[in-house]
Amino acid sequence: MPDIETHDFDILIIGAGGAGLRAAIEAQAKGMRTALVCKSLLGKAHTVMAEGGVAAAMGNVYSEDNWKVHFRDTMRGGKMLNNWRMAQLHAQESPDRVRELEEWGALFDRTKDGLILQRDFGGHRYARLAHVGDRTGLEIIRTLQQKAVADGLKVFMEVKVLRLLRDADGVVSGAVAYRRPTGEFLSFSAKAVVLATGGVGKSWMYTSNSWESTGDGHAMALWAGADLIDMECVQFHPTGMVWPLSVRGILVTEGVRGDGGVLRNSDGKRFMFGYIPPMFAAETADSEEEADKWYDDHTAGRRPPELLPRDEVARSINSEVKAGRGSPHGGVFLDIASRRTPEDIRRRLPSMYHQFKELAGVDITAEPMEVGPTCHYIMGGVRVDADSTAATVPGLFAAGEVAGGMHGSNRLGGNSLSDLLVFGRRAGEGAVAFAEGRTGSVSLDEAEVAAIIDAAVAPLQREGGENPYAVHQDLQRTMQSLVGIIRTGSELEEALGAIEELEERASAVSVGGGIAYNPGWNMATDLPSMLTVSRAVAQGAINRKESRGGHTRDDFPTPDAEMGKVNFVQRIEQPDAAGVLGTPSVRTIGVGPEPLPVMPDELAALFEEAH
Amino acid sequence: MEEPTTDPHAEETAPSEETAEATNVVAGVPGSVPAPSTEDVTMVIWRGDEHGGEFATYHLPAQEGEVVLDVVHRVQATHAPDLACRWNCKAGKCGSCSAEINGKPSLMCMTRMDSLPPGEPVTIAPMKTFPVIRDLVTDVSYNYEVAKRIPPFEPRPKTADEEAAGGYRMAQIDVERSQEFRKCIECFLCQDVCHVIRDHEENKTAFAGPRFFARSAELEMHPLDVNDRRELLREQQGLGKCNITKCCTEVCPEHIKITDNAIIPLKERVVDASYDPIAWLGRKILNRSKRTAREAAASAPSKGPAAIQPSEPVSGVPVAGGD
Repeated sequence: MPDIETHDFDILIIGAGGAGLRAAIEAQAKGMRTALVCKSLLGKAHTVMAEGGVAAAMGNVYSEDNWKVHFRDTMRGGKMLNNWRMAQLHAQESPDRVRELEEWGALFDRTKDGLILQRDFGGHRYARLAHVGDRTGLEIIRTLQQKAVADGLKVFMEVKVLRLLRDADGVVSGAVAYRRPTGEFLSFSAKAVVLATGGVGKSWMYTSNSWESTGDGHAMALWAGADLIDMECVQFHPTGMVWPLSVRGILVTEGVRGDGGVLRNSDGKRFMFGYIPPMFAAETADSEEEADKWYDDHTAGRRPPELLPRDEVARSINSEVKAGRGSPHGGVFLDIASRRTPEDIRRRLPSMYHQFKELAGVDITAEPMEVGPTCHYIMGGVRVDADSTAATVPGLFAAGEVAGGMHGSNRLGGNSLSDLLVFGRRAGEGAVAFAEGRTGSVSLDEAEVAAIIDAAVAPLQREGGENPYAVHQDLQRTMQSLVGIIRTGSELEEALGAIEELEERASAVSVGGGIAYNPGWNMATDLPSMLTVSRAVAQGAINRKESRGGHTRDDFPTPDAEMGKVNFVQRIEQPDAAGVLGTPSVRTIGVGPEPLPVMPDELAALFEEAH
Repeated sequence: MEEPTTDPHAEETAPSEETAEATNVVAGVPGSVPAPSTEDVTMVIWRGDEHGGEFATYHLPAQEGEVVLDVVHRVQATHAPDLACRWNCKAGKCGSCSAEINGKPSLMCMTRMDSLPPGEPVTIAPMKTFPVIRDLVTDVSYNYEVAKRIPPFEPRPKTADEEAAGGYRMAQIDVERSQEFRKCIECFLCQDVCHVIRDHEENKTAFAGPRFFARSAELEMHPLDVNDRRELLREQQGLGKCNITKCCTEVCPEHIKITDNAIIPLKERVVDASYDPIAWLGRKILNRSKRTAREAAASAPSKGPAAIQPSEPVSGVPVAGGD
């Protein structure tokens, strides 16, 4: 073994957002020696940015709500590509997960009779999102963080995991990582590993995601031989900030629309009435008068088209801008100023008020916001067993954004925070069950550890190579322009070619300075995952020759019934040979359609009922 | 040539004459080099580690609407790829990018370039209260250690009605007091500015700091919590050392009134717990009602409101400053 810091745990959890923390709390509660590893400081993960709320059919505002309605909304929002069992578990268990947070100290906003208040969001039939103003993610991550700290969880902060390791039988046995502040390498052996690494947004130019969202978990799972599914399904959130340029992509919560905000084009017209798809026509208002009645009483009118699922709204905004009816900086207008009192806006949306005031110099109580689509979330991810979250490689589990299936081809707002809680807990349980059943000692292959470290330090030793930031910027340009919100076959092929070139360039970058807290080097070690994930997204997008949810093909503009019955699965040919970026085995990603799990009749019947 | 500035917070923060090697990096005191065009910005950023360091100067073209963090990122991308800084959300929600901008503890992501004096160099130093790791990154582990020592949230049992309803009942007005403190994004700027630890490293072992007084206040005012932290606050967390200068409140990017709404009420509660006769007399005169956390919990769901008027400083330290 190279002379590095070594650790041995029962359960290793990678990622300390909502899913990782919830998994850790579960594993810890079951008496497992548990380690939580995160790239940033504890409490800074991307969960902290979630704004609007956590979806759970508690029925506190509309007693008609129940898990079946939530399940149906989720499946329809995902255009039926979801793993039905995940969607079912999610809808059934999220109310308990939210109440449990309250028992751990979370303070959600209240209804008049003192219960947890719930707000409206796109695609949800009833007001269903438990929330704290527009900072729900902060409340959730802080609650979980404080619970985990109180339980004595061992946390490794600012540690980047490079690769997963498998034993001779192909069972995942640990990981190699480095400490960002010092550059020191460390290895973890563990009986089970949970991936909770979040998303992939940093491969695009305009994204709501932080620097951490480099798809490490997606890539490491693939490199370890696990299956990924639905990687073409990327959500562009309809409302990101568009101006100033430096804040372009930063999220504007859907809560603005849930609380009465409307979208207008440069003519001042509420254009969403022109974009109601047949699938949602029966439940969507067709006049402003009807839509406006709905906010106060959901039985008085049908829901406003501004609250259609995110894929529909994002595409509509895109079309308006393309047609020349956009705002001065290439977005559209999101107007709540003319619809609610300044007092209400500041109370319900304090952080949006703050964000626009300080970053854009815009007072949202007096003027409209300029917004446009921003790369926000990947529905695709590690293929898992719904109940245990087990990946297709033994010993590996995945929860939260890194896992695929739950959200189908499009995620509803609010379903991510609930996903984290439901499947974070299940991942903890699943990993514990696996660890308990694992016999024999867990050991790591020294040569493999050494090879991973050698590959990681190469950019520091190489001279005269390219700056990794330049490669990253070109990757972002490629993905933004060729694998963006609207795609076409020829551009996707072009993207694959460009990614191949970028892979060559990434394998030859060099970085100046030392190994301690060196963002240039950190970027160089993030590039392999970003490139692997970008390739997987482009490859998936080539194969799905239809438009569905977050995947829109200009050359195949409608859904295809047959394609709606399959997942596109990706895996690499020789997982363990894929140690170094640029080796042909990493590029050879197998892609094939496999049938979706079939929904039992009693659940299928829910989709035949009238609403 | 002068000795390099090894302390980023030395009185004289003039950039050193050391010449940075990268092109476009023009070293030296602003003005001593070919004047940048009026559309340029000049960033004076501390570079170094625990062994010392110095300020380096970077000139970049100005871009509309940028915040300080954007310019730091451009310095990384084009001039100094190894310039260390923390950041995550870039929207004032995660509290990672804390630094001292022109001497003021601030979030780099929420400080607009056009809010700073035009044409003047922008100086960025790491937070002073914490040991430097590298450049703008400091070792904030002190805060995570303090967090571990705060007795955790402990809820009262649910009533029969709540068991039936499936969750606790709390009034919005009662949750709002603790919600104010739960807005905290843990940027630790309040810890950075607090002179009890900023200027006295030795106090760190027995002082929790404004962030964690706010955390304790949040728990003490939580409608469900039954744990009592008052003795700990007085004896081990140094609540009495705070002489309510309100510096913490001034730098809080979430505009939490840490001094008025957290620390002063906590001081009162702690005084209450330790039966200070003068404070007792003061309360008699002002006719304030006080309850312990346990007493409050007994009459849940609603706790009595915390008084927010300032009281006598517990430690006898005179009140200084204030606003």
